Amino acid sequence: MRARHLLLAVVLGALAIAGAAHAQPRSGVARPPNEEQLPLRELGSQLYAGNCSACHGVDGRGQRTPRKTTEGIEGQGPPLRGVGARSVDFYLRTGYMPLSKPDEQPVRRRALFTDREIRAMVDYVASLPPPGPPIPRPEPGKGNLAEGYELFTEHCAGCHQVAAQGGVVTGARVPPLEDSSAVQIAQAARVGPYLMPKFSEKDITDAELNSIIKYAEMAAKRPHNDGGWGIGNIGPVPEGMVTWFIAGVAFVLMCVVIGSRLRS
Amino acid sequence: MIRRALLWLDARTGAAPLVRKGLRYLFPDHWSFLLGEVALYAFIMLVATGIYLTLFFEPSFGETTYTGSYAPMQGLPMSEAYRSALELSFDVPSGLLMRQTHHWAANVFVAAIVLHMIRVFFTGAFRKPRELTWIIGLLMLFTTLLEGYLGYSMVDDLLSGIGLAIGYGVALSVPVIGANLALGIWDGPFPGSTVFESRMYVAHVFLLPILIATLLAGHLALVASRHHTQFRASKRATQRRIVGMPAFPAQTPRSLGLMLMTAALLFLLGGLVQINPIWQWGPYETYQATNGAQPDWYLGWLIGSLRLMPGFDLSIGDYVLVPNPFWGGALFPLVVLGVLGAWPWLERRFTGERGFNNVLDRPRDAPGRTAFGAAFFTWVALIFISGSADRADVFLGLDYESQIWFYRVAVIVVPLLVFFVTRKVCAELQASDAIEEAREAAEEEAKAEAVAA
Amino acid sequence: MRRLWQGLLAVLTLGLGRRRERRRDEGEGDSGGGRGHDLVEPGPRNPGTELGVAALFLLAAASAVAFIVVYSLERFPAQHELFGVTLAAAFGFLGAGLIVLARRVLPSEELEEDYPEEEHVEAGIEAATIVEESGRSITRKRLLTAAGGTAGGAIGLAALTPALSLGPWFHTEPLRRTPWRAGRRLVDREGKPYRAEEIERETFYTAFPEGASHRTLGSMLVVVRLDPARLRLPRERADWAPEGILAFSKVCTHAGCAVGLYRKPTYPPTQPPPGLVCPCHYSTFDPALGGEVVFGPAGRPLPQLPLAIDGAGELRACGNFSNAIGPAWWGVNLEKPS
Repeated sequence: MRARHLLLAVVLGALAIAGAAHAQPRSGVARPPNEEQLPLRELGSQLYAGNCSACHGVDGRGQRTPRKTTEGIEGQGPPLRGVGARSVDFYLRTGYMPLSKPDEQPVRRRALFTDREIRAMVDYVASLPPPGPPIPRPEPGKGNLAEGYELFTEHCAGCHQVAAQGGVVTGARVPPLEDSSAVQIAQAARVGPYLMPKFSEKDITDAELNSIIKYAEMAAKRPHNDGGWGIGNIGPVPEGMVTWFIAGVAFVLMCVVIGSRLRS
Repeated sequence: MIRRALLWLDARTGAAPLVRKGLRYLFPDHWSFLLGEVALYAFIMLVATGIYLTLFFEPSFGETTYTGSYAPMQGLPMSEAYRSALELSFDVPSGLLMRQTHHWAANVFVAAIVLHMIRVFFTGAFRKPRELTWIIGLLMLFTTLLEGYLGYSMVDDLLSGIGLAIGYGVALSVPVIGANLALGIWDGPFPGSTVFESRMYVAHVFLLPILIATLLAGHLALVASRHHTQFRASKRATQRRIVGMPAFPAQTPRSLGLMLMTAALLFLLGGLVQINPIWQWGPYETYQATNGAQPDWYLGWLIGSLRLMPGFDLSIGDYVLVPNPFWGGALFPLVVLGVLGAWPWLERRFTGERGFNNVLDRPRDAPGRTAFGAAFFTWVALIFISGSADRADVFLGLDYESQIWFYRVAVIVVPLLVFFVTRKVCAELQASDAIEEAREAAEEEAKAEAVAA
Repeated sequence: MRRLWQGLLAVLTLGLGRRRERRRDEGEGDSGGGRGHDLVEPGPRNPGTELGVAALFLLAAASAVAFIVVYSLERFPAQHELFGVTLAAAFGFLGAGLIVLARRVLPSEELEEDYPEEEHVEAGIEAATIVEESGRSITRKRLLTAAGGTAGGAIGLAALTPALSLGPWFHTEPLRRTPWRAGRRLVDREGKPYRAEEIERETFYTAFPEGASHRTLGSMLVVVRLDPARLRLPRERADWAPEGILAFSKVCTHAGCAVGLYRKPTYPPTQPPPGLVCPCHYSTFDPALGGEVVFGPAGRPLPQLPLAIDGAGELRACGNFSNAIGPAWWGVNLEKPS
């Protein structure tokens, strides 16, 4: 009895420690010690130098040839001059950046930087000439759902799935949109992160983008599951799982209960 | 009163001797024999809910604009078929329940057939004199696959429309005659003329159900005529003697209960678990695509085989002998049908058995069949699983392209492994059985000697 | 009056009783002798369980009524779920009641009987003999069989012939036909012509021929712009992509789905090149190479449409596709599309 309790305590303790460790910032986020005293742009410059310049180059000029850094990463990345607040804010708030390897796919992570730190880095990179686009302010409330459905299906559903549940394209995993804010959807559409196409205002106007965001948020966050449990809103794969693992099991159990063996 | 009713009926139909005999028809008492019944009851549910749906569904590709109650589709152009399905889902009080129950029943129907088929195969129930029953069952399975495909394609939503395009591609890929076949079925190049919807409808609502019902009647008649097989459950159960439970009063309430429970479970699923939410997919347009478009589970083996094939069209000069989709979309299912259909005779070749078989094998007692069955099933199952490799990428983070390469190798290597391992396992189980028997016999002998001494 | 009625009853009882005795002697199949006059074993006596069964039946009834109420009142939240639950409960309780009845109240007999005769050799031989002997008077068996077979075959063919009108079985030319002609303008889904300057890099567009149906497979295009320096088109198509704007058929050459995915590298040194991808089986086509297949089961490259930019800056086709569009068939490579 006591040994079992001890084992349980050890397991729970290990999980707690692992959980806490996971919640801590990764090692490798360099911050200046006197953060609070620094003005925003200076803080941004220092954070950039410590965390981004290895791949994105000094002063945001990019790093063409892979350069091994003191942390051991092979730094290589595009220039950030002219990308504007729109792009920096997007990549930092989603946790897409920083990447641990230049060729890995960015995935949504808990942002490593505080809100002030992000604003600082956005301010700094946006200040590098030439000027770039600001953080968009979409108004999905002004959009139209039916128009949003048509546009989303035409431009987005091929990768993101018609109900915004994500999917696959050869070379990348495509994320579902349930964790994306309206601003982030607008940013992603304009920025075209990783392998995603880049939809400018000429391609999709701001008004059309409002409709797309309205539709995407509805589909991803408040889907109309009138039929009951939505099981993921991606169609036949989970339906087949329910057929076998719920219905199939239930029917076999039913048969076992009903078809009892007789006396002899 | 029952007496009077039966006599009245007998005078007019001559049915009393049949009823008398039928009441005491003996059923084997193992639960696995009920799996076929689950399939039967799922079929009855399909017909019942299906009739309801036909009273509301409009099988027409005619263009219309949506003005119903589902906001995100307001003002969108769509076919009457799709619109009527939306109406069934949102504006007819229990329409969505019936639609979903119907669809769940279809999924469960095929699953029950597969489970039933597995039981029949691994116990050798298909052997003489039941080969015909087996063939009819196989035909029912494949007819049902087509029936289900047409059923969910009639609704003209984005997911099923994409599935129809693939069906068209597979039809085109039949060597030499493919183009003619596809043009004939669709009445022109895809998406075909509006009459194609009517063809799907008539096939799904009339032709194929009649075919399935006729095959089913034949299947059940044969089962009754040759009688059920049985496990060697008691010493009295032999090739000549049936031991079991009479149809009345034992089996009938059990079967009725199973039928009602099947209905209950299907309605429960239909009410609580959403299936095929067509309003989330939107109407089909040939120039639109969506990620994650999958067929219903029972055609998942085909999307797997289509995805696994390496990219080549077998050609001689400018003539394309075998376009790519043929291998995965047509040849693969034909091979499966052919092997399973020929199996009773193939097995007889290997075992040399000529007699009637009424007693079932335990899988271990037929190592060759069990090993082959396990390997064949593994082959089909691996191809089936590979069909959802994209979802596995999304949920488990396994790179899609790597998975495809893995499966291309695995579908050849793993079934071979399974064959040999299964055969060994059967042999081991048989050996341990023999040891058990020898041990029991020795104990009996010892006991007898002790008594005599 | 009462006397008459009693007398009638007496006669009936006696008469029916006698018939029952007879039937018992004829009884076949019921195992185990010496069970007395019953055809069916007596079941277990479970009056308590019988109450339970009745309760289950009544619960079933209540659930059915609940369904009717929910249906009629039409104002419940989760109405759909309630429909399912009440109906399921109605069937479920009834089924459960029957199963309990079967296992605890009704007799569960285990009986024995013989399997039916394996073969009916005599009857079979007789039947065959009847057929054979009936034909004894025929002297020209082979002639009649051949002629009859010919009649059957021909009538079968005749019966199938109307199926020829089901569709243009032998008219495969439409498979090769597309609405594209030299000079046809490219328009978007709403019919607005595409201007070359609107086509930007790093994104993709769906286009159709002006004035043609969007549904026809031969209509739909996917248009992308690449850096002209990076194009490696086949020699005969060198001038098909003005300013690096490429147009391909949007119909996958594998099985006919719309090629609705486009991937573009944000940073080419570490990311895969631009690709058009089909979501059905992930055939991937490289636009820079003229639509060649780089992954997946497609066996043919994506057909390319030659483009030109007219005086007003709008995109126009200069001809038809490089090859027949859509999934392959026997003659797909025999002729160019028209």
